[in-house]
Amino acid sequence: MDKIEVHDLNLFYGDFQALKNININIEANKVTALIGPSGCGKSTFLRTINRMNDLINGVSITGDVFMDGKNIYKDYDVIDLRKRVGMVFQKPNPFPMSVYDNIAYGPRIHGVKNKYELDAIVERSLKAAFLWDEVNDRLKKSALGLSGGQQQRLCIARVLAVEPEVVLMDEPTASLDPISTAKIEDLIDHLKEKYTIVIVTHNMQQAARISDYTAFFLMGEMIEWGQTEKLFYKPEDKRTEDYITGRFG
Amino acid sequence: MVMREHFNEELSELHNMVLRMGSVVEESIDRAIDSLLQHDMELAEVIIKDDDIPDNMELEIQDKCVTLIATQQPLAKDLRTICAALKISTDLERIGDYAVDIAKTTIRLDGQNYIKPLIDIPQMAKTTIGMIKDALDSYVNENVALAEEVCIRDDVIDGIYRNIFHEIISIMMDDSSTILQAMYLLLVARYIERIADHTTNICEWVIYTVTGEKKNLNN
Repeated sequence: MDKIEVHDLNLFYGDFQALKNININIEANKVTALIGPSGCGKSTFLRTINRMNDLINGVSITGDVFMDGKNIYKDYDVIDLRKRVGMVFQKPNPFPMSVYDNIAYGPRIHGVKNKYELDAIVERSLKAAFLWDEVNDRLKKSALGLSGGQQQRLCIARVLAVEPEVVLMDEPTASLDPISTAKIEDLIDHLKEKYTIVIVTHNMQQAARISDYTAFFLMGEMIEWGQTEKLFYKPEDKRTEDYITGRFG
Repeated sequence: MVMREHFNEELSELHNMVLRMGSVVEESIDRAIDSLLQHDMELAEVIIKDDDIPDNMELEIQDKCVTLIATQQPLAKDLRTICAALKISTDLERIGDYAVDIAKTTIRLDGQNYIKPLIDIPQMAKTTIGMIKDALDSYVNENVALAEEVCIRDDVIDGIYRNIFHEIISIMMDDSSTILQAMYLLLVARYIERIADHTTNICEWVIYTVTGEKKNLNN
């Protein structure tokens, strides 16, 4: 079942067209990877899914993005949308507060006050992000003292704490070592049981390992989109082949 | 700027290694049949002794493939090219083993007059060697049409093999003293028939490399 449907999406930064007529369906409870060279529009596309581009001056958008059949630009309150569509960034960005408060931050904003309820959310979210065993004895200590890989899983736990339906990840392992990367990849594989995941990555092997579907972007166009296995084994378009085999230049 | 220049050179070297192995094996078959036809024991011994050459070449190709997979993380056609080289080297190694089997038969039949003029077996071998040449040619040029055509020729080999089979069975039924030699000659025909099968495998890997489709063309 498709969670998100994108129809004829165009996005302009002023006069510059960053996305050109994008059409893609993102299946629920699957991992969809977005690949392509820097500046191709994949992060811009990712940000259209939770309307993060609304924050940028001069952006105009045409076309439609539907989530569960409802237009995210017309039928959703943006706060509610961002609760349902969480985001993890390239660089771990824990708030300068305790591990506990990082996770409780979102639920508190959304009105959860009860301590026992917050405790349960914190524990559940940290366990879901495979971090509980490593931090349960330091919940009150600063999150900034965690390692880079732990910080990134904390950020994922923080997203999970508000019980989203879709998790967007923009190069979530780009600044992590191979072991931390492997942990995040294992985590993503588990998370898709409950969430729909869209991930931007520059790592071809990572896209091949963790995603069910892959879309290749180039200069604002989506050149090819399909099952990951097929795209990395026998891509349809020569530009995709050239990119994934490292001969694009 | 040429992208992935070093990797391209490595793939090119892998390609050449497969071709060199193909040439060695093709020559080995040719010489094995010669040894049988000419009762040339000395040549048969050389073929048996030289079996290490394709065996070592196969190991070198496999090492190269594993190294490239580990260090270059190949995808798409690069990955298919390397997988195909791995599989083709195994087929070539088996073909080399059959050349040795034929040479051993030459030695087993030392001093014996053949129970029949050897006409079909050399013909079968000639057609099969032609198939190997063209299979390697299709590999060099990524020629799918040629690879498919080579596979069709395997039907000719199967036909000749069936004829030889029935002829040799008749000879054995007529004169039981011929059974031992007849069995050896039948085995030689069988070895050649299997060589042709491995050659069709090579063609299937060529098609796979180019198209990404794995077809079974040996029906």
